[in-house]
Amino acid sequence: MATLTNAFNTDEARQRCTRYRRRILEVSQQVMALHIGSAYSCTEIVDGIYNELMRHDLENSGSDVFLMSKGHGCMIQYAILEERGALSRADMDAYCTSGGVLGCHPDIGNPGIEAATGALGHGLSMVVGMALAERARNNDTVIFTVLSDGEVQEGSTWEAILMASSFGLSNIVAFVDNNDFQSLGRTSETHPSFYPLKEKFDAFGWETVEVDGHDSQAMTEAVRSRNGDRPFMVVAKTTKGKGVSYMENVPIWHYRSPDKDEYIQALQELEAAL
Amino acid sequence: MRNAFSEALYEEATKNPEVYIVVADISPAGSMAKFSTEYSERFINVGVAEQSMIGICAGLALRGCQPFAYTIATFSLYRPFEMVRDDLCYQNLPVTVVGMGAGVIYSTLGGTHHTQEDIAIAGAIPNMQIIAPCDPDECREATRHCATQKTGPVYLRLGKAGEPPLTEGAEPWEFGKLRYLRRGTDVCILTYGVITKMATEVANQLAAQGTSVSLVSCHTVKPLDRTGIVQALNSHDQVIVIEEHAPQGGLAPQTKQIAWEINATCRLDTFTLQDKFIHNYGSYDDLLAEHGLEPKRILAAVA
Repeated sequence: MATLTNAFNTDEARQRCTRYRRRILEVSQQVMALHIGSAYSCTEIVDGIYNELMRHDLENSGSDVFLMSKGHGCMIQYAILEERGALSRADMDAYCTSGGVLGCHPDIGNPGIEAATGALGHGLSMVVGMALAERARNNDTVIFTVLSDGEVQEGSTWEAILMASSFGLSNIVAFVDNNDFQSLGRTSETHPSFYPLKEKFDAFGWETVEVDGHDSQAMTEAVRSRNGDRPFMVVAKTTKGKGVSYMENVPIWHYRSPDKDEYIQALQELEAAL
Repeated sequence: MRNAFSEALYEEATKNPEVYIVVADISPAGSMAKFSTEYSERFINVGVAEQSMIGICAGLALRGCQPFAYTIATFSLYRPFEMVRDDLCYQNLPVTVVGMGAGVIYSTLGGTHHTQEDIAIAGAIPNMQIIAPCDPDECREATRHCATQKTGPVYLRLGKAGEPPLTEGAEPWEFGKLRYLRRGTDVCILTYGVITKMATEVANQLAAQGTSVSLVSCHTVKPLDRTGIVQALNSHDQVIVIEEHAPQGGLAPQTKQIAWEINATCRLDTFTLQDKFIHNYGSYDDLLAEHGLEPKRILAAVA
């Protein structure tokens, strides 16, 4: 694949990600719960996919494709789609209300949403199907996806991992948001055999790299410098709730919204990071 | 029936480059060899990975393709149930889930290979359509329909092989419309799928006794042709449902429900598989008999 030609603008990426985190924090005040920790965990990953990696002006298919397999992280996708104009401010204001179209998981039919996800272990097989369709049409469309580490425990995910490499689908780029946390604790403690991950994907025939999942430049360069002869997996080491001290690695922030005081503290911390 | 499916799908794939088949380590005979050779990029074998089979079909359909998922019914519907529900039905994608060898037709393979609740399960999911052809010709018609429709997902419930032709000279097949294979005035037999052969035997014997018999293929089980069922209930003295499916959720209880709703005055008898697993490794007819489905018992019960 093409090597990196433009100098990566680290400041811009950081500013975008802070902007998205603040927007998600703002929306959190409209609702009781919104998977904020899960969205902050993959903010740099999804930002990098949309704003650095995806090509939005392909002649054959219009655009590369992004499917959010870890549907519960969709607030970051919504924030980016809002900034890109696919979703409106009104859509975001009506998040999780009966008159709105946006819920806690991406829904089919909404602008910029390629598939309904939320049930875990479904996304990667759909990605494989999409990649097969685009390859059969001789399109060079790349299908991007983000998996949670929890959903890599689903047997169906491993079926899809086996398919993608067996079918030689080099037009798939997947990220695992490896924050090592799920509802009942730290995965490395509850299910130590889940790790190491990279070696498992390697053994299943993927080209695999391990990268800091909050280092936008490192992830972008890793994807751009891939060999491109096999499906590509980025095992992204992340921190759940990244960016707000009291949320980081605290399971309750998988789901709940900050109260007023917590909101102010979070806002201050995010702004300080700029 | 498998061969008819293969032939029809091959023809449709020749006409439409978006027709795919995704199989789980099992392939229909006959023309499928031609399909896999000539359209190799559209014949996808996932191995024994049925959840992925359904998800891949969803992904193909999300990019505009017209895929078929194909394996033995219990593995195409039960094993990947949540993928069928979420990926296909919730997203309302035009994917056909082929359930091959449904019912108890895999008689010697045991209960793990029987599909006796599939109509109830598939029929309970919003957007799902169900077609169960009774013979090779109906299978051909149904396959063509599935390859061209864009309404949403279909569960195509097939038999195996060697089903006799039962629909020669019948009125044309139309999705969503029940179909009279013969018309009479006294008794109407409603049925669908492979057991239509037994229903035909029952009809023949009733006719031999001097009864004027209608025999109806209710091939589209969902959406059920309510108008057609109402007409059958209102225009016969006796209606008999013969169904290779559990007592819950199939044609029999739906016919009873419609009969109640319209205050039908005809006699109504229903014959289904029983609500039980059986451990019988005999022939297909042996298993049906153990569930109580035999022409002589049906005839005795309806006399």
